Amino acid sequence: MINKNLKLNPKIFDPDVEQKPTRDGYGEGLVLAGQKDSRVVALCADISDSTRSAMFQKAFPDRFVETGIAEQNMMGLAAGMAMAGKIPFVSTYAVFCPGRNWDQLRVSVCYSNANVKITGAHAGVSVGPDGATHQGLEDIAITRCIPNLVVIAPCDAIETKKATLAAAEYVGPVYLRFAREKTPIMTTEDTPFEIGKALVFREGKDVAIIGCGPLLHNALLAAEELAKEGIEAMVINNHTIKPMDKKTIIEAAKKCGAIVTVEDHQVMGGMGSAVAEVLAENFPVPIEFIGMKDKFGESGDPNELIEAFGMGKNAIKEAAKKVIQRKK
Amino acid sequence: MLITDKKLKELNEMAAQLRCDVIEMLLEAKSGHSAGPLGMADVFTALYFSGILNVDPKNPNWEDRDRVILSNGHICPIHYAALARAGFFPVEELKTLRKFGSRLQGHPHAGILPGIDNSSGPLSQGSSIAVGLAYAAKMDHKKWQVYCIAGDGEQQEGQTWEAAMFAGKHKLDNLTFLMDRNNIQIDGFTEDVMPLEPLKEKYEAFGWHVLEIDGHNIPAIIDAIEHAKSIYEEPVMIICHTIPGKGVDFMEWKPEWHGKAPNQEEALKALKELRTLQGRISSEAE
Repeated sequence: MINKNLKLNPKIFDPDVEQKPTRDGYGEGLVLAGQKDSRVVALCADISDSTRSAMFQKAFPDRFVETGIAEQNMMGLAAGMAMAGKIPFVSTYAVFCPGRNWDQLRVSVCYSNANVKITGAHAGVSVGPDGATHQGLEDIAITRCIPNLVVIAPCDAIETKKATLAAAEYVGPVYLRFAREKTPIMTTEDTPFEIGKALVFREGKDVAIIGCGPLLHNALLAAEELAKEGIEAMVINNHTIKPMDKKTIIEAAKKCGAIVTVEDHQVMGGMGSAVAEVLAENFPVPIEFIGMKDKFGESGDPNELIEAFGMGKNAIKEAAKKVIQRKK
Repeated sequence: MLITDKKLKELNEMAAQLRCDVIEMLLEAKSGHSAGPLGMADVFTALYFSGILNVDPKNPNWEDRDRVILSNGHICPIHYAALARAGFFPVEELKTLRKFGSRLQGHPHAGILPGIDNSSGPLSQGSSIAVGLAYAAKMDHKKWQVYCIAGDGEQQEGQTWEAAMFAGKHKLDNLTFLMDRNNIQIDGFTEDVMPLEPLKEKYEAFGWHVLEIDGHNIPAIIDAIEHAKSIYEEPVMIICHTIPGKGVDFMEWKPEWHGKAPNQEEALKALKELRTLQGRISSEAE
């Protein structure tokens, strides 16, 4: 049963559900954050249209900083600007930021607890035709291991807008992860969003599917189909990977006794790993991991790649059945 | 700035004091870098004790203060010594360098020690931070200056040139770099490891105004910083030619002293030399 309290999109299962890239939500959120707080500034490394930071540039040309193709400097500039009282948002593709400027993120930003918001666009194999070099599949792993850094992977454009606004208000470094493609709108303006508070999108008792990012839609579709087979799957939107909502995760494990994690990211070190860490320590139950299994992606149509790399609806269903079998 | 003989004598004495502090700190810590901190003692003296820097030790986070960003974090003992002697924190705390629970981390940690604005260690990160500060100050029409102390070895990092390009493009004339051109790095002399010259021409090509000075001549350092303030629409690079290990004979010009701390015997020898200004005045001990 879909959780009515969350006021999710009523058309969530319609074939013609509205689709929008999460990065659009970032652009909209950034403009709103800029309207609310004049300290908000945006930096981008030569791909401002693509990251949607161009929307901010158009609204606030004087508060937009084009850094050129220099991601390491961009992170350092942001740290310096934060030290002068600004709230900088740095944007480029996740493979470059935090991929290429991880050292600057670690020391200039996180060790100093500088109030910088880091965004990684084009995360996941769903980036598609650009191929493996541009498909950010390691960003969650390399951000969640840095102290002081909050890590968020929103599920749709509306949630991304809210996450962007929440990041602007939060004092301290935050990493936000976006996808490239249009993906289904699952939430509404009225759906709550709070950093560190997971949302139970669907109630269930047999297995809990814990996901983040646009793949949550596949998780919901899988849960609906599982219901027809008599399996009631809980579906959790675990948007904040750090600090993780341990309470909700542990409660789900206690109630369902089996977990499937779903993310468009390497399984190693990703959101699922973080869930496994919480449960191993508090309430161990069988877990199956949906995500990239220690492989690079390749060029292709986004949906084709999601299927090929085992992150589609059917793979989630299979994983759910398998993990239920593993319950003692 | 006109420096009286009396003031100059005081500044030279302070530089000697800071060098002694550095040796004592490193001896106590049993690890750390010797050559860089000793070589930059005169630059730090000029910055913190001539009155050229607009900071308030009693109000270290004052919004309109000049910013001092240390990019080559490994020379932090000299920064710590200067801050302590300037009154940012108690001098006794210097002896806690590199010890568990200390605010004086082996490489600086921003936010825990008054006067330290940036975390540094991984080289060249301070360059971008300094440029970001200067850019933000310009956005808000602030009058404060940004000073960045950088090493010469870290000019080998690509980030250095990314930052230099940005500062040049935006004509950040509120930004002054003081480069410790001591010619050494851990593996040897810079020009053997990875040649940096011609540094002046390189920075000029990036749109900077470049000054070259003797980094041990305190009046020259003060003059250069004053000159930098008068430069319009260009960031300024002051290349400070220094002698690594300056003030301690057996450390001078020795790359092996880049990343090493003195033992008890070496420290005593170094302190004696520093207190007698390399034998030019008689030792109190003798």
